[in-house]
Amino acid sequence: MTGVPLSHFLVLAVALFTIGAVGVVTRRNALVALMSLELMLNGVNVAFLAFARWRGDALANAAVFIVMAVAAAEVAVGLALVIALFRHNRSVDLDEATRMKG
Amino acid sequence: MTAELLIFYFMAIMAVGGAVCVVLPPFGRNPLHAALALLVSFFFVAGIFVMLSAHLVAVLQILVYAGAVMVLFVFVVMLLNLKKDELKGARWTPWKVFGVGAGLVMFTKLALAVVVVTEGETPVNLAAEGFTGYGGIHDVGAALVTTYLLPFELTSILLLVAIIGAVLVARRQTGGAS
Repeated sequence: MTGVPLSHFLVLAVALFTIGAVGVVTRRNALVALMSLELMLNGVNVAFLAFARWRGDALANAAVFIVMAVAAAEVAVGLALVIALFRHNRSVDLDEATRMKG
Repeated sequence: MTAELLIFYFMAIMAVGGAVCVVLPPFGRNPLHAALALLVSFFFVAGIFVMLSAHLVAVLQILVYAGAVMVLFVFVVMLLNLKKDELKGARWTPWKVFGVGAGLVMFTKLALAVVVVTEGETPVNLAAEGFTGYGGIHDVGAALVTTYLLPFELTSILLLVAIIGAVLVARRQTGGAS
C-alpha cells in the first residue's frame, strides 16, 4: 500500500481545507457555511491519517475519532442556531444576522 | 502509473469535485443540492481513508458524516423550506473575488510547502513492523480506553452539552421576551 506518495494525500487535504475555507468566507447562506466547515474538518482528518499511516502511529486513528465526535456536536449546535436564526429573521442569510439582541 | 495511483486520483478528484460543488454558487445555491454534493465528497473521502489503512475511521465517516450529519442537514433544509426568493442568488462581489483569490494563494503556498517537505518520505511497512491490526476496531478501541481515556470521556460530556444546547437554542420560545 505504498503506491501513492505522502504529498498526494496532503495536497488533497490542503485542497479540501482551502475549498472549505473559501466557502466559509464567501457564502452567505448559513447552511452552506456550516457544510464548508465540515469540509475543512474533513481535510484536516485526511492530513491527520496520512501522517499517521506514514509514521505507523495507531493512536492517531483515535484522535480522528474524537475530531469526528466534535464535528458532530458542532453540526448539532450549529443547525440549532440556524433554526433559531431563521425563526427570528425569516432568513438564513448571515449578512442579515447583524443584531445580537433577541 | 500503478492501479493504486489511478484509484487515488479518481477518488481525490471526486472528493474535491463534490467539495467544489458545495461551495460554487451555480450548484450550491440550493442548500439541498449542496448537501448532496457534500455527501459525494464524504463518500470519496471515506475511500481515501481506506487507502490509508484507517478502516474503522472510514466506516465511521460513512456512519457519522454521510449518515447522521447529512440527515441532520437535509432535515433542517426541508424544515426551513426556503423559497426561491429567500435564497438570494450568490452574487460576485469584489470581496468574494478577493476571498477566492486568497484561497488560491493559500492553496498554492500550502501545497508547495507539503510537496517540498515530504519529498522522499516512505511509509512504515505495516506488516513488517508488526502493525497487523492497524486502523482496525481493536487497535483504535484500545487506544480510546487507555491512552486517550480522558479525551474520550470529555467527548461524551461534550456531546451531552451539545444535545442540551441544541434543544435549548432551537426550542420555540414560550412566554417572556421573544
